[in-house]
Amino acid sequence: MSLLFRGPNSEIVPAEVEHAWSERHGLIGFFTSVDHKRVGMRYIATSFFFFFVAGLLALVMRVQLAKPDAGVVGPEVFNQLFTMHGTTMIFLFNTPVLAGFGNYLLPLMIGARDVAFPRLNAFSYWIFLFAGIFIYISFVVGKAPDGGWFAYVPLSDKAYSPGINMDFWGLGVIFVGISTTVGAVNFVVTVFKMRAPGIAVNQLPIFVWSLVGMAFMIIFAVPVLTVAAGLLEADRLFGTAFYVPGRGGSVLLYQHLFWFWGHPEVYILFLPATGMVSAIIPVFSRQRLAGYIWVASSLVAVAFISFGVWVHHMFATGVPAAAMGVFSAASLIIVIPSGIQYFAWIGTMWEGRPRLEPPMLFALGFLVIFLLGGISGVMVSSMPFDWQATDTYFVVAHFHYVLNGAVVFPIFGALYFWLPKMTGKMLSARLGRWSFWIMLIGFNVSFFPMHILGLRGMPRRIFTYHPGLGWDWLNMVASIGGGVFGLGTGITLFNIFWSRKHGAEAGDDPWGGDTLEWATSSPPPDNNFTAVPIVSSRHPLWDQDPLPRGVSGPAPETESQGLLGAERRQTPVTAGLDALSETSSTVPVPTAVPFVLALGIAFVFVGLLVSAKLVMGIGIVAGMAGLTRWAWRTEVDRP
Amino acid sequence: MRVLPTPGSPATGRISSRPHGYWGMVMMIATEAAVFLGLLSAYFFLRASSKEWPQGGILPPELSRISVFTVILLGSSVPMFWAEHAIRRGRVHQLRIALLISFLMGLAFVINQGIEFSTLPFKASDNAYASLFFVITGLHGLHLVIGLLMSVVVQAKAAAGWFDEDRHLTVTVFGMYWHFVDVVWIVVFSSLYLSEHIR
Repeated sequence: MSLLFRGPNSEIVPAEVEHAWSERHGLIGFFTSVDHKRVGMRYIATSFFFFFVAGLLALVMRVQLAKPDAGVVGPEVFNQLFTMHGTTMIFLFNTPVLAGFGNYLLPLMIGARDVAFPRLNAFSYWIFLFAGIFIYISFVVGKAPDGGWFAYVPLSDKAYSPGINMDFWGLGVIFVGISTTVGAVNFVVTVFKMRAPGIAVNQLPIFVWSLVGMAFMIIFAVPVLTVAAGLLEADRLFGTAFYVPGRGGSVLLYQHLFWFWGHPEVYILFLPATGMVSAIIPVFSRQRLAGYIWVASSLVAVAFISFGVWVHHMFATGVPAAAMGVFSAASLIIVIPSGIQYFAWIGTMWEGRPRLEPPMLFALGFLVIFLLGGISGVMVSSMPFDWQATDTYFVVAHFHYVLNGAVVFPIFGALYFWLPKMTGKMLSARLGRWSFWIMLIGFNVSFFPMHILGLRGMPRRIFTYHPGLGWDWLNMVASIGGGVFGLGTGITLFNIFWSRKHGAEAGDDPWGGDTLEWATSSPPPDNNFTAVPIVSSRHPLWDQDPLPRGVSGPAPETESQGLLGAERRQTPVTAGLDALSETSSTVPVPTAVPFVLALGIAFVFVGLLVSAKLVMGIGIVAGMAGLTRWAWRTEVDRP
Repeated sequence: MRVLPTPGSPATGRISSRPHGYWGMVMMIATEAAVFLGLLSAYFFLRASSKEWPQGGILPPELSRISVFTVILLGSSVPMFWAEHAIRRGRVHQLRIALLISFLMGLAFVINQGIEFSTLPFKASDNAYASLFFVITGLHGLHLVIGLLMSVVVQAKAAAGWFDEDRHLTVTVFGMYWHFVDVVWIVVFSSLYLSEHIR
């Protein structure tokens, strides 16, 4: 038993605590920081950079396709544009931006002072950054990947893509996969071990549930992508025969491996987006989420079923009919947990009194778009329809409704919702409303006509088309819509910069939120919580007012909970489903080792790309030195 | 100030609790296992869709010599168990001996694999079977080499006196990795060596 005191929510950080958690300033601080908040902000900023770059690539494509027989870009450049647009959005925006929000919010939501492995966290960011630079160097040297974002063999084989282009892709996705995987390991262990005392699993915020589901999918899916791309690169670089039918290989093998990752990946992106919606809707409805257990169970169910639907990407490849039937059925079944969540959101709003602030608007926009994307998803999951629609703009429309609409809208909502917590400044609600409506209109004007284009037979990935095929005006409409959508996103980008100077002070809890991130200052101090919250509710800020805080006791399991623990850079470790106090762990001090290790790995990949043994050698030596240093001090990592 | 009891008493002794490093290694092992499962799925996929196996007139791998070294590799888990047992009682000297024995056993396996690779009558680029054989056994070998490098670091830490009965997470986590690499070999050996002799 330990002592608690009830105190104010805003953090009062004594000088000793501030000193213990302070980081080096300037350049050294930049390369040595392991704070989850700085890592999370970097993730979000970097991935939004890639979002706007990939958006510009899409706009160039839409300009080219606006009119028949246009000559803005040639076929070679067009191939590079759509390959890099897809690759960037999947690998360098959607996945990492969700990891960024997770990084920033997860420890705050569970009342921890950092993640389980802060150095691994910094490492995962550096890998992501270097992988992004690695993939984008291809543009600088004019040899961007051009075989489509899923790089089907034999087109992506050395025989048909002889240039270095696809090597950037193959090595790049393996490279960025390292970042995703170690990030997922970190999320899982953080949620297992670092919850503040009392946060039982049935009291975890739904967003945390969605991150755990995402992390488990990553742990089992991303390695298979590594295998798919690794064997492709082995074929390309070392002349092996995995995907070469003439030497006993199989092109279908690649598709199986790729989509075994590829479909869970859809849910890796989608699950945290729904988690964001489940965080936003209750706060702006002033109402507890309806069917908490159902929603949490649905997230777990989706994570499982997502591994059993991959063949629906391969209906047109001649897979045996019985197998296709099974995968078609599984694809229909996965609609059910998504539907449960949908009704939970509707029920929450029905019971509550919705306030139409910008985060809520984006959540509502998500509901509309996800409904349409879900309906076209049910359509393409049935084989007879899929055979008509495959490789047409109908599919393009469908996956932009689910991956752009149903993921980007929640991310923008999350930005309006949580950025005030991260910066301490409110975004302009007026600009937010403008941004939302312009994005919603632009999105539908751009992507809805693509359904019709697909039904009228327009294949995807063509760089131009002749007039008179019935595609002309629809393409023009889609292009105009694309421009409008781009404008809407640009308003939010402007809003972010505007708010840094002119935004109103956010205060600790600008929205009347229910979860623990609103129980600390905006932005939170380096140590997050001076005294760790003691939680006994799903909605601690609504039910436990004022929020009880821990006091440092003499025993190892309680010494970290109060001021004394904060002074010693400690954070509580809990065990079991009910998060009972177990012990205290020390948060590592800032270090450059993760940066060095990531740089070493970057050298290895560059060496593989240009077949330079010396570069690889330097990378291996640097990596080994970094790892040894890392492993050397595990036992005594105290400041 | 109002005094309240902490929800739930301390968990010590009631719940088998493991440190972060343990769970981190469990997750890394899970994701590594998925890599090998992906590769072995590729192996069985190609084998099932191939008319002859091994392809291109290659003979199934010879068993007697690799069986000896399989016993050596799997046997290296025994001194590793000893190492973990010893350090839990604070016996650093025994720990060092045990780590060295398992290191030498693993090293023997890697050297044998290197010799085998150089004497095989086929190259990785000959056909898909050859590619699979080299990549799967090679990736396992790479994991073992990494394990050997880790062993060097752990042995150096043991020599430098970092470990005692309370602080030895590095040994535990390294031991988990070592056992994992051994278990993977059971699956690889069964698939790539034993199963090809079943007719």
